[in-house]
Amino acid sequence: MKRNLLLGLAATALCAGALAQKSAADGIAEYRKMLEDGNPADLYEAKGEELWKKARGPKNVSLQACDLGQGPGVVKGAFVTLPRYFADTGRVQDLEDRLVTCMVTLQGLNGAEIVKTPFGKGEMANVTALATYVAAQSRGLRFNLPQNHAQERESYEVGKRAFFFRGGSHDFSCASCHGEEGKRIRLQDLPNLTKNPGDGIGFAAWPAYRVSNGQMWGMQLRLNDCYRQQRFPYPGFASEVTIALGTYLGVNAKGAESIAPAIKR
Amino acid sequence: MADPMRIRAQAAGDKTTVRVLMSHEMETGQRKDSAGKLIPAWFIQEVTAAHNGKTVLTAEWGPSISKNPFLQFVVKGAKAGDKITISWVDNKGEKRSDEATVT
Repeated sequence: MKRNLLLGLAATALCAGALAQKSAADGIAEYRKMLEDGNPADLYEAKGEELWKKARGPKNVSLQACDLGQGPGVVKGAFVTLPRYFADTGRVQDLEDRLVTCMVTLQGLNGAEIVKTPFGKGEMANVTALATYVAAQSRGLRFNLPQNHAQERESYEVGKRAFFFRGGSHDFSCASCHGEEGKRIRLQDLPNLTKNPGDGIGFAAWPAYRVSNGQMWGMQLRLNDCYRQQRFPYPGFASEVTIALGTYLGVNAKGAESIAPAIKR
Repeated sequence: MADPMRIRAQAAGDKTTVRVLMSHEMETGQRKDSAGKLIPAWFIQEVTAAHNGKTVLTAEWGPSISKNPFLQFVVKGAKAGDKITISWVDNKGEKRSDEATVT
């Protein structure tokens, strides 16, 4: 009798434990939900919108005639089709690279200078704000990158190779962390980026505001930091490899809903 | 001139929930830059909220408040169409004031 009672007690304790237990992922999801209501990315979006409409640069014109692939000045829907091939530059470009092109051709700014500027400084901070604004105009739309041009297909293949390329002091590739389900870094779940990871995950969540360091990150900085964590040399801003990786991730994310600009821990 | 705030004020019954997102560096004065020199403190010191011109909230802030701070509070008796004004002053004496209409 006494033994039965003890067993019963033990069973109740177990149940209570299971109820109180919340997985780390649930906790993080709850934390993000709370933060979403005051996402500082909104501030960058507002700044980007102002920069888009303001006449600037040596030529003193706005970016409103910038062609992001949907025709001059069309912003809505552009983000979910980038990177793509542009006939005027003759290469595949991602959003940030394309914005720099427009800043050069329309506003007369110095593109080589911008590309050399560290993230978060000067005109580079403006590129990130502009990317945040453009991405926000495609919020809720689904990724659908074109793969009609030969260069777009080539970019995808190059991106795929880069994704699986192992090297550096830790013998890492992107695929080491993002090649299968259920992996994580500390408490952060890592999406499997070799396929569509789902709505608002991976490629569909950047640009995003990082709460931990109070910075707005575009895809270029996201990739740059992935390479830092792999102990690779830093890739150049808007270099071919970063755009190819963007194409690979973007094509894989086909059908995923964009939630950018998102908020991250 | 500081970047604008984002203010949302939504009425439900006789209460209005105001949510404010401010754009500010909020430097604590404890951090060092890449050259090892202290970054001087720079933070919002005083926040004031007014409902149709009447002050309903004042707050003294310090360096422990996060970068780009978010503030949420409830105003009793504010109706749709009323004006909510938020102002702040930082330790450099810079000011910013923005207004929103309750919806």
